[in-house]
Amino acid sequence: MKYIIILSLFFSSLGFSQQNNLKSLNVSFLVKGVCEMCKDRIENGTIKLKGVKYVNWDIMSSNVSLIYNSKKISLDEIHKGISLLGHSTNKYTAPSEIYNNLPDCCMYETLEKH
Amino acid sequence: MKKSFNLILITFLLQVSISFSQNYIEGVISYENESGEIIPFPGVTVFWENTTVGTLTNIDGNYKLLNSSVSNKLVFKFLGYKEQIIDVSNKKFYNVTMMKDENVLDEVVVNKKRKTIQKSYFKTQNIINVSSEELLKAACCNISESFETNPSIDVSYSNAITGVKQVKMLGLESPYLLITEENIPMIRGASQVYGLSFIPGTWVESMQITKGAGSVVNGFESISGQINVELKKPYSDTPFFVNVYSNNMGRNEVNIHGNKIINEKLSTGLYLHANKNTSINDKNNDGFLDNPTSNAFNIFNRWQYINTQKGTVSFLGIRYMNDDKVIGENTEDVVFIRNPWKGEINTNRFDSNFKFGYVNPSIPYQSLGFQMAYSNHDQDSFFGIRNYNINQNSFYSSLIYNSILGSTLNKIKFGLNYSYDDFDEIVDKKNVFYNRIDKSIGGFFEYSYDSVDAVSLVAGIRYDIHNNLGSFFTPRFHLRYQPFEKSVLRLSAGTGRKSSNIFSENQNIFTSGRQIKISNEFGNFYGLDPEKAINYGLSFRQGFFINNREGDITFDYYVTDFDNQIVVDWETQGELSFYNLNGKSFSKSLQIDLEYQIIDNVLIKSTFKNFDVKKQYDSGFKQNPLTPKNRFFTNIEASTNEKENGSKWKFDFTYNWIGKQRLPSHTELIDFEGYSPNYSLVNSQITRVFSNKFEMYVGGENIGGYTQSNPIVGGYPFGTDFDTSIVYAPIHGALFYVGLRFNN
Repeated sequence: MKYIIILSLFFSSLGFSQQNNLKSLNVSFLVKGVCEMCKDRIENGTIKLKGVKYVNWDIMSSNVSLIYNSKKISLDEIHKGISLLGHSTNKYTAPSEIYNNLPDCCMYETLEKH
Repeated sequence: MKKSFNLILITFLLQVSISFSQNYIEGVISYENESGEIIPFPGVTVFWENTTVGTLTNIDGNYKLLNSSVSNKLVFKFLGYKEQIIDVSNKKFYNVTMMKDENVLDEVVVNKKRKTIQKSYFKTQNIINVSSEELLKAACCNISESFETNPSIDVSYSNAITGVKQVKMLGLESPYLLITEENIPMIRGASQVYGLSFIPGTWVESMQITKGAGSVVNGFESISGQINVELKKPYSDTPFFVNVYSNNMGRNEVNIHGNKIINEKLSTGLYLHANKNTSINDKNNDGFLDNPTSNAFNIFNRWQYINTQKGTVSFLGIRYMNDDKVIGENTEDVVFIRNPWKGEINTNRFDSNFKFGYVNPSIPYQSLGFQMAYSNHDQDSFFGIRNYNINQNSFYSSLIYNSILGSTLNKIKFGLNYSYDDFDEIVDKKNVFYNRIDKSIGGFFEYSYDSVDAVSLVAGIRYDIHNNLGSFFTPRFHLRYQPFEKSVLRLSAGTGRKSSNIFSENQNIFTSGRQIKISNEFGNFYGLDPEKAINYGLSFRQGFFINNREGDITFDYYVTDFDNQIVVDWETQGELSFYNLNGKSFSKSLQIDLEYQIIDNVLIKSTFKNFDVKKQYDSGFKQNPLTPKNRFFTNIEASTNEKENGSKWKFDFTYNWIGKQRLPSHTELIDFEGYSPNYSLVNSQITRVFSNKFEMYVGGENIGGYTQSNPIVGGYPFGTDFDTSIVYAPIHGALFYVGLRFNN
């Protein structure tokens, strides 16, 4: 039956997406940054850490909210991963050689928010 | 729905839920100006220290913020002012005066205006976003006219009688576009010709134009592209808006919108449009009205429900419109020795739709959307001694689920669509009756690798079961490659199919005397087969800086190749034939766009287009008639600097050069030797913005006044040689208009 193609398309996709939600944790913590460019850097870098499913960095408060799979990555590894992007978190300070290579507008140690 | 729901909800979660809750802190932020007065300070960032919870002060300097359980320190920030932190105790009101930070460097003003037509470097598909501000450039009046300042879409008159403007994209007529309203297929079937003119421009919030194969989500119908129209939303639109327009051809229009936020969850909007044209214009003295006298109104009520705690959004809309046009020979002060050729087009349309979206607030990447729509479109018309009535009942519903695979880099969408259309038509002198029901159910799946890095892609497939088209797959594919920050290459390919409504899509046959011939090939559509095509193309965009000013150049090349097409053959004088394609049919379109901010506040856009649209007619392999091979377009927009109260001047100038077009043969057009002359059109508009609330505009269309000298050929209007459809240029000369907009 041709209708089976539609139904299997639908339900197999449903199955696919459902395995996602187990072991997911929501967290939020401080990540230092200044501008839109920092936002792109932080979000693009963090989403590539294996196990991180969702990330949003808020310019106003400098807080990152993320959802991750605790079986694949620990919170500590996420903090470390973000600091290696050049953006210090409240647990790890970014290595100065990486920080110094940040774009000028992202120098959060010296700049105001803009 | 889809992505926009996510966005809307996330935004609301951040803002709305905070400001509407009960335990909050509020106050007024102010600053001292040079003369020592204390002035309210809008736009100051207010947030709880070390949290994501924050807000901005409004225009009166007020802020309102939910109490925080994790912080009791409130931070106030604004660039150039000293940051202030206050300890919050039991008080509810905290007013703060911001102090200038004398240590910061002199203020650096970054002056960058948001463009009214936006192209993205990051989106995988070739989508052009048109804002409501761009729509203002063509002050009149509905969407089909608004494209005159947009180079991606071509607008031309479809005949010399009805005043209807026809849109084309990639060299193909609007039936090959999928036109949706908030992602519900809208302008199709019975409304194909007049539908775009039934959406008032002021109702539109934005439009998204997709070139080439679109997404699979909204169906299999799009062949050359998609246009999605987003209407204004009661929650975000201004509470009250009035627009009045009047032109020297006797057309008057009024638009009134009212929106009310009933409570934090529910808001409603009422949108009214009316237009009237009672003046008799026959500027070219051919005895026929240059544009119809008309009378129309359009009323739309929509409700918006948002529940941020539960993560739901819902819309309900009801709309009714009525449009009456009178066309034909000018009978005023003229004595006829025969019956005059007259006509009427009366349309009634009812629309209703319901949408529901759900995002789990703690899992923002998963969402569910459901929408359904019912419409009835009823057109009763006659043209001389020819009749055309069509009644379409249409039901559409779709269910879509968005989620991710692993992380938000890998997104998926899947869902189901169901559509039902019932057409009743009464056609021509003998009142031939046609009845057809189209039913289809389809499932789709779309995967996107959504990265802002060098490569991203969208791949979708859908499977549809249709009672008249059969069962088939529709694949669509989009790839974006961005090797450098300012260079992006996009590729796309996909198939599309269409059931044809040959009469409603080609209503200009009725304003001619041509005899209609349909070759019966035992297909499901008037004896003809469904249309099927593949579209593929690429787009390359390179951004640049010259003199520290931004610009970019875009090359688009798209090919549409028809497997089957219903050929509308105007080649023989006195006849119009419909038949299945027997041979090749293609449209190759090249477009080069150059955009450059030449000085502050002045943006120049130029476009060159080349269309190669050919098909196999019974009489040979020919270029499509009335399709210019080359076109050139330039638009200049300028404005003065905005004063503190928002007042400014805006100037807009558009130049169009339209190359020669092949004309179908007609004995009265023998002097043209088969081709129309090329010509230019100039449109311009000046807007005076008095404040954020009030503005007035004046403008002109076709200021040079170029007109076609003989748009109506064939003499005796009841004979078979009579023809009003061979139109390559404007019918009427220069048109001037004035209008005003007020919102509160």
